[in-house]
Amino acid sequence: MQFTFFHLMPYRPLDMAERHKHPTSWVMLPNKLYDPKKGADEYQSYIDQLVYAEKLGFDVIAVNEHHQTAYGIMPAPNLIAATLIARTTKAKIAIIGRALPLVNNPLNIAEEFAMLDNLSRGRLITGFVRGIGAEYHSTGINPSFSHERYQEAHDLIVQAWTKPGPTSFEGEHFNVRYVNIWPRPYQTPHPQIWIPSMGSSETVKWAAAPERKYPFLVTFSGRELVARYLNVYRDQAKQYGYEASPDQVGWASPVYVADTDERARKEAREGIESLFNDFLAIPFQMLLPPGYMSLPSMKNTMRMRKALGAQRRLTMEELMENGTVVVGSPKTVRDQLAKLRDETRAGKLVTMLQFGTLSDELTKRNMETFASEVMPHLR
Amino acid sequence: MPGTETKHKVRDVNVRMLRGGSGPPLLFLHGANGLPVWLPVFELLAKQFEVIVPEHPGFGTSDNPAWLRNIGDLAMYYLDFLDEFGPHEIHVVGQSLGGWAAAEAAVRNCSRIKTLSLLGPAGIRIKGMLSGDNFIWSPEEAVRNLYHNQDIPDQILAMQPTDEQADILLNNRFATAKFGWEPRWYNPSLERWLHRISVPTLIMWGKEDKLFPSAYAARWGERIAGSRVEIVPECGHVPAVEKPEITAKEIICLYAGTR
Repeated sequence: MQFTFFHLMPYRPLDMAERHKHPTSWVMLPNKLYDPKKGADEYQSYIDQLVYAEKLGFDVIAVNEHHQTAYGIMPAPNLIAATLIARTTKAKIAIIGRALPLVNNPLNIAEEFAMLDNLSRGRLITGFVRGIGAEYHSTGINPSFSHERYQEAHDLIVQAWTKPGPTSFEGEHFNVRYVNIWPRPYQTPHPQIWIPSMGSSETVKWAAAPERKYPFLVTFSGRELVARYLNVYRDQAKQYGYEASPDQVGWASPVYVADTDERARKEAREGIESLFNDFLAIPFQMLLPPGYMSLPSMKNTMRMRKALGAQRRLTMEELMENGTVVVGSPKTVRDQLAKLRDETRAGKLVTMLQFGTLSDELTKRNMETFASEVMPHLR
Repeated sequence: MPGTETKHKVRDVNVRMLRGGSGPPLLFLHGANGLPVWLPVFELLAKQFEVIVPEHPGFGTSDNPAWLRNIGDLAMYYLDFLDEFGPHEIHVVGQSLGGWAAAEAAVRNCSRIKTLSLLGPAGIRIKGMLSGDNFIWSPEEAVRNLYHNQDIPDQILAMQPTDEQADILLNNRFATAKFGWEPRWYNPSLERWLHRISVPTLIMWGKEDKLFPSAYAARWGERIAGSRVEIVPECGHVPAVEKPEITAKEIICLYAGTR
């Protein structure tokens, strides 16, 4: 199994009483609540954690992109990646991902990734996402065209990486007369592209296509959904006439491990519950703006919501119960992860070992225990 | 007498349409919330006009053609609609998004339009005067913020939509986002062509409009020569629903001036 240490970089010093005077940590939470001195400390801690993950033996260290939110203070993840490249030597550096539809010139993404690939001498892994619904409010990009823009931006970036330039690109949303990037990527044909997704059958189908075979990661989902989507990927690969390798499938999950189940639960609770309730919670109209999901998927989601009733605070126990988070002793954590790995034959695990308000001290202990007591057993 | 529901086809697009009354034809273009029921204002107008209320392509159960991507496409659709409707000149009334489509059609070609009534139209932007953001309003705010008299949203919110109605609302929201998300509720080039509107025009605005500030009415009035601006007190974004008598009276008055 390949192990990734993934960071969202939440703004932990958030005043939660102030935060809850607003509906969400996204889009309109007043940025007065961000204190630059505390924020600078956060960056330092988080970068140190990512660098330490290499020492502990993680194969990949990973970051991602979010805008105008306390949930993650990384609107420009490539800047963090550049720092990580300078401070590490062998770990792969993953940016999973950049939100393609949110930019007006995807060539910038192709260029920056190519630079990072050169700077790291081929240690770069990229990820392509559409951004979260709230980011269509914070950038102004029309969600009606989210899928189209994603496809076109993807095609343009891959073309820039693989076709000897100059070429030209003619799309509905993006038109570039001269596609001819300097530098070209270090890796041939190009850095790996991972597709992190909450799961949608259209995305699975697209990622599994033989001309792409992009590794697919299910994020923030219970174990049943993880298994379902990874199996859809495998079935889809079979329909395309090939067997998906373990490298092509994986999932991402917050994990907390301590010497006993009881201690792990006690130490993880605040961080887990703040991640889901204080940082991630988003009102429906921000989470799913019109067009972000296809109309049929949206209709299903609306019916499910109607059946579920009003949203309320999630507890760590509920999240553990359905497997969205994994918390416990080394044995508990090993068993749960191994079970899902065996069920799905997944070869990639993306761990979030810092989550929500979890402190530096507990994060360090969690990372060390995971690296010594869990990782070797699952390799 | 309620209007009757029919299907209407223009080129290859089928839409749902309400019609009722008799007299010269009056085309009512609905707003972002879609084809309304047969409203009291239609009943009042039906005494003078044959009132025709199509559901825009992309909305409700009308066809959603792939070519429909921006407000210009909707405007061109209505120019086709007017051309195919017959030899008449038509009185055109547009509410909000419908007013925007009507204005976009009129700057392109007024020859089939007899009079134009714009009720709280979208379409232009005055810097420093932000429109409300109906896309980020909660479902309840999105209803409440449209009306001054809160009895109306109380009634609307008390109704539980059926699954079929919920699907129509969702279709409408998807269609609306295509036109109005970005730039938010306007076309940067529309304002500079408004002088091309050469038919008698009424600009009507609820004084308490929380979506588009009523101060926009004056700008529309300045840009369209000879237009009449009517600000309706104690009225929100939808004069046709909140003040049907005044709305119908003003539209009929505009028509009377052309006879």
